[in-house]
Amino acid sequence: MAEAALSLEHITCTFVSRDGGGKRYTAVQETSLSIAPGEFVSVVGPTGCGKSTLLNVGAGLLAPSAGQVQVFGQPLQGINARAGYMFQGEALLPWRSALENVIAGLEFAGVARPEALERGREWLRRVGLGGFEDRYPHQMSGGMRKRAMLAQTLIRDPDIILMDEPFSALDIQTRQLMENEVLELWMAKRKAVLFITHDLDEAIAMSDRVVVLSAGPGTHPIGEFAIDLPRPRDVAEVRTHPRFVELHAAIWGVLREEVLKGYAQQKRA
Amino acid sequence: MSKLIKPGSASLRIWQLLLLAAILLIWYFASLDPKVAFFFGQPLEVWGRIWAWFITNGDIYRHLWVTLAETVLAFFIGTVSGLGFGLWLGLSNTASAILDPYIKAANSMPRVILAPIFGMWFGLGIWSKVALAVTLVFFIVFFNVYQGVREVSPTLLDNARMLGAGRRQLLRHVYLPSATSWVFSSLHTSVGLAFVGAVVGEYLGSASGVGYLILQAEGTFDVNTVFAGIVVLTAFALLLDYIVGLGEQRLMKWQPKTGETEKI
Repeated sequence: MAEAALSLEHITCTFVSRDGGGKRYTAVQETSLSIAPGEFVSVVGPTGCGKSTLLNVGAGLLAPSAGQVQVFGQPLQGINARAGYMFQGEALLPWRSALENVIAGLEFAGVARPEALERGREWLRRVGLGGFEDRYPHQMSGGMRKRAMLAQTLIRDPDIILMDEPFSALDIQTRQLMENEVLELWMAKRKAVLFITHDLDEAIAMSDRVVVLSAGPGTHPIGEFAIDLPRPRDVAEVRTHPRFVELHAAIWGVLREEVLKGYAQQKRA
Repeated sequence: MSKLIKPGSASLRIWQLLLLAAILLIWYFASLDPKVAFFFGQPLEVWGRIWAWFITNGDIYRHLWVTLAETVLAFFIGTVSGLGFGLWLGLSNTASAILDPYIKAANSMPRVILAPIFGMWFGLGIWSKVALAVTLVFFIVFFNVYQGVREVSPTLLDNARMLGAGRRQLLRHVYLPSATSWVFSSLHTSVGLAFVGAVVGEYLGSASGVGYLILQAEGTFDVNTVFAGIVVLTAFALLLDYIVGLGEQRLMKWQPKTGETEKI
């Protein structure tokens, strides 16, 4: 295999609680994960298992307690400049219009304004927001905001795309539309994608590979499945594919126990 | 009766004016009694005083100018320094940890008591009043900005960092706009306090300003002039507040207004 685009090696993240009690919580333990250039990898796991922690480590927003992150063979220090990160929550700057939000990354990089504006308009059209350039985030629907966030992330043309349950707040129809759009954009550019989700259907429909994480604390990968469904895929249609059903059953067999474990822990806490 | 009052309609304005007229009428008839007039003044006399100040004598402009200059200067100096300090302490944990007890002390101190000291330091001209009003405005803006910086959404910050923003760009594009929205919510309070600071400063020692006029009138039991001064001050406080509101509308157009439907 060629050099990995992003490789997490033996990552452990231990958080010390701030209230002085010195309580430790190991969110992620001894986790290794590597993504080849152009590969679409999904990570699924029960809620609260440290999926986002893993993603933040890959993004360079969080330094791991132990282990190393390599980006195209280089050890990562500070923010991962080759990665784009699409967050789960609202990440648009509320005081900027859609267009101004989309070109924020270009502006930070010092791209000349006329060029940035032109590229921004083009990206807005590409995500289906042509004509909404001057809307402020509060004037857009949830789906539109996600589209704007997608354009904002992709306009920088990152080599690695990190996505943290990007569509979890959307209704099912909007969600499937967005999933197809993301797949289409990805097929055109073939960047490495690390996609976090709690939705197994979404993970199988979109990815080349699905990694299953155990319930926390001390989350680590417990299963890995290559998704050999033909591409291009339509996320709604692929669900009826016999191979999809098989894979779903196989992965769910591994995931189910962890979900129950995670649920029991949350109930106790 | 409540059926006659629809919010935002012309009838609301009429009811408001009727209430004003009622108060003035009660005041007028009550002050026909000379004892009441001594303590509360007479509306026609008060009006005559204001008329004389602005039209026939035209001698209030000098004083009004002084008071407004003090207010506006204090407002700007206090807001800008409050914004600067708020950003600095909000971003620097060490500095805020060291300065924390001093800030608390300075805020809880009754700052009006600083007026005599400012009088000694800056003389009886406008700067002692500006200094007093600045101490009032500064803390309002400072605490709002400090809070605003602390409560910037971590997702916004992470997102901006992932998009390649450096420290300066974070400050310029995330912290500052976020703090601005907090500043504006405090500006209505602080413009009022700037006015309070200016007038109280004048009241405690000065040779000009509307506060000085009121002090002079009080010295001669001229209650009509006192009331006239109060009316003029109130009118100009409303005017300043209105100007701040205009600025807010221009700069904060990105903020959702309550009751505005989401456009899809």
